[in-house]
Amino acid sequence: MGAIEAGCRYYFGYPITPQSDIPEYLSRELPKLSGEFIQAESEIGAINMVLGASACGARAMTSSSSPGISLKQEGISYMAGAELPGVIVNISRSGPGLGGIDASQSDYFQAVKGGGHGGYHIPVLAPNSVQEMYDLTMHAFDLADLYRTPVMVLGDSVVGQMKEALVPNPRPSRELPDKGWAVRGKGGAEQRVVKSLFLGDGELEAHNWRLHAKYQVMKEKECISQEYRSEDAELLVVGFGSVSRIAHTAVSMAREEGLKVGLFRPVTLFPFPEKAIAEAAGRAKRVLVIELNTGQMVEDVRLSVGGGATVSFYGRPPGAASLPSPEELFEVIKKQY
Amino acid sequence: MQQVFKRPESLKDVQTHFCPGCHHGTIHRLVADAMDFFGVQQKTIGVASVGCSVFLYGYFDIDVVEAPHGRAPAVATGVKRARPDNFVFTYQGDGDLAAIGTAEIIHAANRGEDMTVIFVNNTTYGMTGGQMAPTTLVGQKTSTSPYGRDRSKDGSPIRMAEVMAQLGGVAYTARVAVDSPRHVLEAKKVMREAFRYQVEGKGFSFVEVLSACPTNWGMNPLAANARVAEEMIPYFPLGVFKKEEGA
Repeated sequence: MGAIEAGCRYYFGYPITPQSDIPEYLSRELPKLSGEFIQAESEIGAINMVLGASACGARAMTSSSSPGISLKQEGISYMAGAELPGVIVNISRSGPGLGGIDASQSDYFQAVKGGGHGGYHIPVLAPNSVQEMYDLTMHAFDLADLYRTPVMVLGDSVVGQMKEALVPNPRPSRELPDKGWAVRGKGGAEQRVVKSLFLGDGELEAHNWRLHAKYQVMKEKECISQEYRSEDAELLVVGFGSVSRIAHTAVSMAREEGLKVGLFRPVTLFPFPEKAIAEAAGRAKRVLVIELNTGQMVEDVRLSVGGGATVSFYGRPPGAASLPSPEELFEVIKKQY
Repeated sequence: MQQVFKRPESLKDVQTHFCPGCHHGTIHRLVADAMDFFGVQQKTIGVASVGCSVFLYGYFDIDVVEAPHGRAPAVATGVKRARPDNFVFTYQGDGDLAAIGTAEIIHAANRGEDMTVIFVNNTTYGMTGGQMAPTTLVGQKTSTSPYGRDRSKDGSPIRMAEVMAQLGGVAYTARVAVDSPRHVLEAKKVMREAFRYQVEGKGFSFVEVLSACPTNWGMNPLAANARVAEEMIPYFPLGVFKKEEGA
């Protein structure tokens, strides 16, 4: 819904659990809007169709889940290199390999460190509710066009499949640059070429520095995070996506017991809200990172807080019934407090 | 005085990087001729593949999108769906189209995407230094088949133009060669015919062009040209394999 609201009329995808609700919905809705839905031959085919439509200036997207996202990495790297916008929704599952379909955060590294070759980054947004799946998908299309980059919306089966109230509130799009670079047939104008091959002397190095500068601007301007009762907290719990919902309840339980505990939730995983987390952690002096994996985002938290706080970690790698309950996290909080 | 022969408008006035005796230059010219013939240069979007042909944006004066290796038909699908009124073609080699990109070509063709695919078959990977391709002939020595292609281990060369004929979405598929003036003239007609299918909205069209690669075959241009006639055409017969006006 967020994608349609954002003006996306081109969806290319391939079935995989637990994200098949997205292609099923769009295969029904896009034709009504004169849009195009293609069930591609593979994840690779799908991301390359996104590449083609995007090269024409259209708002285009695909969605998948972890093993499928691995297949898309080639195309994402090419899009990052050719500076093409596009939105990739990853309703991630557990791995490695075929793994399972449980809620998992084991693809944090793949998402934020540039899962494909070539040393690029893409913005990664981590919603924790149905409302945010909608809001952040719209935001993703704006970021994609503004920075000419693929953008990933990273969820899991909890946010991808739960039912809860949604207020459709399409917001006005940000002021976006003209897509003068898009191919459309010369039409008497200068030739336009969308490419990521730079063989000229020094061309590729300059291109990489330019991409790097773009990532610095994102770090400066596009970080989003949320805090809950962190002002006077002596222990700061950090979690993203679905686990931040459970942690929120656990923090409330701790507060009821009189423990000064707060929550910090990165919404953008790239750019990582380094400054905001360093400030909040510096006040609390102690940080507890909770993830549905054996420890990934905790590395970025440690880098961000430096010596300003001690950082501990609690993780539940995915598996049947491995989603922690609020009570379980409350016990962990009490131990760390 | 009247000029009767000149560079097609759709080609830039530049020298190519192709090796002496390579057929890419001739094939580029035939593609440009067909664009000129139908007056579609200004609304054409070409999709470049990976291999010696990746630089086609340096030679064709048209808008171009560069695709990852083998993915040109999927990229072209996205382009054509987003801009159905544009003329869209891919230009791919044998490693690109018939090995790493088989899924993309088969399914774009089977969907009947309204596009034209130029498939250059020179029985080897040219850009990477002459390795064995899916179209390498049995017995042919390459840098990764130093004892010659062995049917029992490496399989048989794929006849893509015929494979295309089996797919419901394909309206036109043909194979041509450019080793002799007669074949070049035939190829010119076939190229125009393939373009006509898309211009008239009649569906997916495919032209396989047998091409020489003297450098990687270890031959001089004349010997390479002769090999096309003597070894390639007997295995890869020229002709039109499907022609369906209403596909």
